[in-house]
Amino acid sequence: MSTYNQGTDEHRWAMVVDIDKCTGCGACITACYAENNIPVVGEEEIHKGRHMGWVRIERYWEGEYPNVRARFLPIMCQQCGQAPCEPVCPVFATYHSATEHINVQVYNRCVGTRFCANNCPYITRVFNWFDPVFPEPLQEQLNPDVTVRSRGIMEKCTFCIQRIRRVEEDAKAAGRPIEDGEVQPACVQACPTEALVFGDLNDPNSKVARLAESRRAFKLLEDLGTEPAVIYLKGGDAHVV
Amino acid sequence: MSSEATMHPDLAHVEQELKAADLLLDRRPREEMNYEVMRAMERISLTWLIVAFFLGGLVFLGLVLAWGYQIKWGLGVAGINRPVFWGVYIANFVFWIGISHAGTLISAILRSVGAEWRRPITRAAEAMTVFALMVAGMYPLIHMGRTWRFYWMLPYPNQRLLWPNFRSPLMWDMMAILTYLTGSLIFLYLPLIPDLAMVRDHSSAKLRKKLFNILSLGWRGTEAEWKHLHVAMAIFTFIIIPVAASVHTIVSWDFAMSNVPGWKSTIFGPYFVVGAIYSGVGALAVVLVMVRKFMGFEYYLREQHLDNIGKIMLTMTFFWTYFWFNGYLTEWYGAETALDFLREFMTYTGPAAPLFYAMLITNIIIPIAILWSRAGRTTPWMISLAGISINIGMYLERYIIVPVTLSRNRFPFSWGHYVPSPVEILISIGSLSMFILLYVLLSRIVPLISVWEVQEGQVMHVIRRVGRTLVPGVIQWHKAE
Repeated sequence: MSTYNQGTDEHRWAMVVDIDKCTGCGACITACYAENNIPVVGEEEIHKGRHMGWVRIERYWEGEYPNVRARFLPIMCQQCGQAPCEPVCPVFATYHSATEHINVQVYNRCVGTRFCANNCPYITRVFNWFDPVFPEPLQEQLNPDVTVRSRGIMEKCTFCIQRIRRVEEDAKAAGRPIEDGEVQPACVQACPTEALVFGDLNDPNSKVARLAESRRAFKLLEDLGTEPAVIYLKGGDAHVV
Repeated sequence: MSSEATMHPDLAHVEQELKAADLLLDRRPREEMNYEVMRAMERISLTWLIVAFFLGGLVFLGLVLAWGYQIKWGLGVAGINRPVFWGVYIANFVFWIGISHAGTLISAILRSVGAEWRRPITRAAEAMTVFALMVAGMYPLIHMGRTWRFYWMLPYPNQRLLWPNFRSPLMWDMMAILTYLTGSLIFLYLPLIPDLAMVRDHSSAKLRKKLFNILSLGWRGTEAEWKHLHVAMAIFTFIIIPVAASVHTIVSWDFAMSNVPGWKSTIFGPYFVVGAIYSGVGALAVVLVMVRKFMGFEYYLREQHLDNIGKIMLTMTFFWTYFWFNGYLTEWYGAETALDFLREFMTYTGPAAPLFYAMLITNIIIPIAILWSRAGRTTPWMISLAGISINIGMYLERYIIVPVTLSRNRFPFSWGHYVPSPVEILISIGSLSMFILLYVLLSRIVPLISVWEVQEGQVMHVIRRVGRTLVPGVIQWHKAE
């Protein structure tokens, strides 16, 4: 059991991904691009392996034609409790947030050694190979709450920390606790089948806490001891990863 | 030594053989040797100028234009991608750190065990270390996303009271390299002082005399100065060996401390040290053959030196093969899924298999085939071929460890493919040219043979008559009880 899950801390933000419900539609990816000012790099760059999306949906085929089934596995930063990306950064650009218990990337601090990206077993980190380009009039729809990153630095899924902060501040101002489901990262909000659920694992009555106790629950590469905050629910007869 | 007049003709023949076999027995007048070395240093021919300008052009093309282009536009101009975040820049970095191990480590080990034949080769080897480290030290900067913020890795006092992360192997790496560079610069400089003073004493031009007077720290050659020099060198000899070994161990930790299948290996530390010495000795052999040919140092660098270097190379071939096999076998036997993916990619008939087999051929088969025989070791072009082959093999090894290993991971969906871009190739050529250029320039600034050390050795070596034959002898100095 992770030390982060049982302490006196207020929130342990977590996400549940129900593989049974994922249709592979890609709405989460699109929502993430829009919310987090992710540049669209085009076909050629994506072919080189330089897509900038913070979520990817891995598609695996099961069986032989004509009895084929597609399996979809959405993977984003797993917000590890013991994150391999953190100790290797020479300048503390990636570190563990003591209040949100997620992995934070400080864009301004990053010098771009890319060690964190190599050391991430989930390959979820993204590097800015070039300065981002938002052709007219796309720059008008940039999210003012999120930094537009420059070339040469790392970035990754933040669990939409700007949204977490916004809700935290609103709740604090109103003098009330945060309700379950009040914080919704863009991908969770956009998911049409509710395959993605977000919430506080420290609150035993939250939806994520209940789902996390499912018999179907597992974590990616759990044997590495990274203590991810993303919990997957196995799909039916599937044996993915 | 028996005088020529009374010596039996057979003994004269023996004496000739002994002298031909060992530089230290083949004594010549000191002034003659001094002038020979200095003449080689002062001769600036048209060919030399053309070579220097050509190399300078390549350095400008690679390290000014290509690197500048990359800084301006971003690392996208290199071939790296996701998941191959590290490419030839890191392979080059490890390669040059490896080359740097020849010099100082070889020279320090040979000094510490009192291998007398080392005397004429130490300078050339130590200079190699310093230049290779300079080239290697550039690569982390070239590799960085935001080169202009490199100083954030240094523990300097700043208003935000931020320290660098001492848990990061990159941090250890930077400190190890700076320590090694400082140490090997001093190690190169100390035995250079008497030779710089020699150049000063033979210089007539005012500016030149002044410059070498400063460089030689006003060396006069008094008893006390020699004593201090020998003590300082003895200390540095023993300091630099653990420093050198630790540097390449720490370089290996950039990989071994990680989570990457194919990198997190416990044998990487010693394996990298052995590989570094291996490629370094190979490069040293090539450099010595070049120096001997182009500087006309046939008197100083002889068959005996190539033979001995060749033997070290052959020993290192076996060491490297053993370490490589040990690492490969245990990982293969472990049958980890992610490593199976990697093996399918880089061995058997996988797309990266040609690199793998080429590495084994150039690193094991060719060196053993050449270095096995004395003729192979002592023929300049053959030992050079072995040295070049080893360096191609060791470069392939680093290339396999960095971009090839990163191409495969635990998620087949996220596998990648890496091809170096023209920018990366130009920068690599530029850095190789920089290394050669620095060497070419140094050959006209300081004597590439440590003359005083050779002369010191010659004083201590004598040919003695024992019974009916002549034998070489060494005068050893022991401190009185």
